[in-house]
Amino acid sequence: MIFQPAIIALLLASAVSVAMLAAAAPFAFQIIRQWDISSGSERQLQLERRTYLFSTLAVFVMATQLLALLLFVFNADKMSEMFVGAMCAVGTLNVNPWGFPALIAQMAVFFLAAGWLAVNHVDTRAPDYPLVRIKYAAMLVLLPAVAAVLWLQLQYFLNLRADVITSCCGSLFSEDTKGLTGDMAALSPVPAMIGFYTSLAIAFATAAFHAQTKRGGYWVAATSIAAFVAAIAGIIAFVSLYLYEHPHHHCPFCILKPEYDWQGYWLYVPLFAATACGIGAGAVQPFRNVESLKNVIPPVSARLAAIAAAGFLIFALIATVFVVRSNLILVE
Amino acid sequence: MNAWFTKQRRLIDFTLASLLRRKGRNLGLLAVYALLVFVLASAMLYAHALRREAAIILEGAPEVVLQRLVAGRHDLIPPGHLERIGRVRGVQEMRGRLWGYYYDPVVKANYTFLVPPDNGIAKGTLVVGPALARERGMSENTGISFRSYSGELFSFVVADVLPQASELASADLVLINEEDFRAFFAYPAGHYTDIALSVANPAEVRNIAIKLSKQLPDSRPILREEMQRTYASLFDWREGIMLALLSASILAFAILAWEKASGLSADEKREIGILKAIGWETGDVIKMKLWEGGLISLTAFLLGFVGAYLHVFKFGAPLFAPVLKGWAVLYPRFDLVPVIDGLQVATLFFFTVFPYMAAVLVPIWRAAVTDPDAVMRS
Amino acid sequence: MIELRDVRKAFNQGQHNEYWALSGISLAIEAKQVTALRGPSGSGKTTLLTLIGCLARPTSGRVTLHGRDISGLPERFLTDIRRKTFGFVFQQFNLIKGLSAIENVMLPAYPTGRPHRELAARAEALLERLRLAHRRDARVEWLSGGEQQRVAIARALINDPEVLIADEPTANLDTALAKEFMAILESFGAEGRTVILTSHDPLVVESAAVNRVVDMRDGLLVAP
Repeated sequence: MIFQPAIIALLLASAVSVAMLAAAAPFAFQIIRQWDISSGSERQLQLERRTYLFSTLAVFVMATQLLALLLFVFNADKMSEMFVGAMCAVGTLNVNPWGFPALIAQMAVFFLAAGWLAVNHVDTRAPDYPLVRIKYAAMLVLLPAVAAVLWLQLQYFLNLRADVITSCCGSLFSEDTKGLTGDMAALSPVPAMIGFYTSLAIAFATAAFHAQTKRGGYWVAATSIAAFVAAIAGIIAFVSLYLYEHPHHHCPFCILKPEYDWQGYWLYVPLFAATACGIGAGAVQPFRNVESLKNVIPPVSARLAAIAAAGFLIFALIATVFVVRSNLILVE
Repeated sequence: MNAWFTKQRRLIDFTLASLLRRKGRNLGLLAVYALLVFVLASAMLYAHALRREAAIILEGAPEVVLQRLVAGRHDLIPPGHLERIGRVRGVQEMRGRLWGYYYDPVVKANYTFLVPPDNGIAKGTLVVGPALARERGMSENTGISFRSYSGELFSFVVADVLPQASELASADLVLINEEDFRAFFAYPAGHYTDIALSVANPAEVRNIAIKLSKQLPDSRPILREEMQRTYASLFDWREGIMLALLSASILAFAILAWEKASGLSADEKREIGILKAIGWETGDVIKMKLWEGGLISLTAFLLGFVGAYLHVFKFGAPLFAPVLKGWAVLYPRFDLVPVIDGLQVATLFFFTVFPYMAAVLVPIWRAAVTDPDAVMRS
Repeated sequence: MIELRDVRKAFNQGQHNEYWALSGISLAIEAKQVTALRGPSGSGKTTLLTLIGCLARPTSGRVTLHGRDISGLPERFLTDIRRKTFGFVFQQFNLIKGLSAIENVMLPAYPTGRPHRELAARAEALLERLRLAHRRDARVEWLSGGEQQRVAIARALINDPEVLIADEPTANLDTALAKEFMAILESFGAEGRTVILTSHDPLVVESAAVNRVVDMRDGLLVAP
């Protein structure tokens, strides 16, 4: 284990998130068992008051996970100097097999929390709180997910050994590496660009269509997730090359560095926002036929879809600007 | 959207006004909070500046240093060793170095005696580091004598004092002529302390090191990148230990924040009761209180961080230097190059704002769920 | 407009000090009328007022507003209805100290996100009408009792509610001020606003401005 402030901070953040959700779990059970909206008994009033605490906690945990995600990548990048062969975050994450799972789990928790908050949002807009039980059951699912993040991070940090020779982004994302990341990097620019723009266009179109017609809500979530994956693949396959102006530098993290003017944030902020909103729009769909939500869900999911569409559009535009502005020529 | 912004603005207005109305109470918390940020930020900024300083120093160091080992202990390089290595592909330059430590009983400190690569120091003279010059009151052309380990007294004239820049490494440095060095330490002729190799291509460094250790099994190559790593983790480790020690204070602070937030004055409770009664919703009160926490955090963070910045970079971190700097008795006196690192700010945020917000969540909620009819019942 | 059917309200339910403030009240309150609830202290009139005004939910029974059942609504929605429909004047006035008169008046509208300019104009107009324009920037603790009550009335009207609710409005006023309050009340009645108040002050309940008096005792209505 490497004893380092940022690592302690990350573990602290995860541990507090787990502790908060764990402390809330018994009350979530109580709500699932004893909720009775029509009753005016003091117990029911007590339960209703608790729901305010839980939604605040969920927002807090989600915000924490988002900030921790940033800190995790930042920290991995900085620690790269401690590992032989690591030049940036990718190398550090590869020091042991827990690095990337921890990162992916954290992203997953963030998107799960986004879905939960969307459901919570619509539920509190219907006077009979129809989704209360589903919501709190889902919160009990969020708990093991956050605990898993903590566990993965612990495994990752406890197994860090400074003398391990790791691969840096150059080798992980270079064309001759076997495996998924290598495949992403090996995509030649033209098909990669086609895949990138096509999936973004589909996600944009689906979200915009839903925002207009309020139909096809599930597709918004599905195409958003697909576009997220395609966008990351596209960043690795060609956007990063244009940013670094280097034909073999495929790293999706280095673009977050000050050396590259933090340009990565311009890409990741709209991408994450759009994906979270897209997932939110999908998450509320199963409940659109609930009587009291019939008038609540369509405008909310349309709005989420509109934000998602805007996010994907902005992301695609910014990526295009980066490509066009670059001095690197990959495609004649 | 517009209504949302207007609402948040009104909530902020209200919470600002109510914070100002209870100045005394809130100033106390703010002071403790800012102090915590100040202490943590000072430690982190200082450690980071030292890390950078060390990195700058190592930048000029040779890529590989070869030491000879006898029975696992560092030993002198015997004559002919350099020739035995011969030409190694990729090595630009290879030379023996002469350096050693000297304990000066007058100031009770260790000096590093070093023969510069070009042996450009005239016989009988010294060039000394600034901290040393300060301690022994030396300047150009002052004479100084040292009693060697053999008991003999040697006299030198100070030819120059090294500049202040990057004092961390040169503070206790004494540059000396090769002949003087050998005479002073009774160093056997033809022997060297170690061998420095410069390698042009960084990718080659490892291969060269492997080759060298095969060729000379009694020698140990030390790589610059390894040194950099060691230094980095050393400073990280010290920073971590420091934070772990300070974590008790973070915890204490979180408890204080919890206490403050849950121990609402009768006045504040009444106020929340009134707000609930006249049409504020629980969520509105929670939002208002979260804004309050956010404003306090932001102010304390800014105050503490700016204070720490001045403390470290303007005043040389008088509070932390002894803990974080090093073990030499001669403390360098130098201005650190101001550096702010995004990761550090983010980490600091997690150590201060995060515990505070986590600690006040439940008390805020407790206050916010006051029954709207409470004011009518009392 | 407001109907209560067999409404009960318990406090400290399930504990040894459980007590029923209301034990079965059925009542209809008409719009555009001034209704007074009269009874000794502890008769449950204030509790009844909190149920009518959506400040609290009945433990059992139904409350309907314009035919809509609101007795099972969670606090979030009750608050929304309360904000739009009811304005409150409390016995202790319950103004927030340290804020100016006009800030106190605007306070209930903050969570609605109404544009500040529109809100300030409305507050000015209300203070003007209640002859308080000259005191708009004075802190409320510097105002006299009568002025404080008029600020509280202005605050109750800021969201332009249909119903004005007043709990023992004259309990802290001397006769002259109480008469002044009744005059204001009368003007609301003339405007066609619904007013519901509790009081055991004869000056109030016997005033011509009050259209109907409901008597209460021990959590029950007393037949007239």
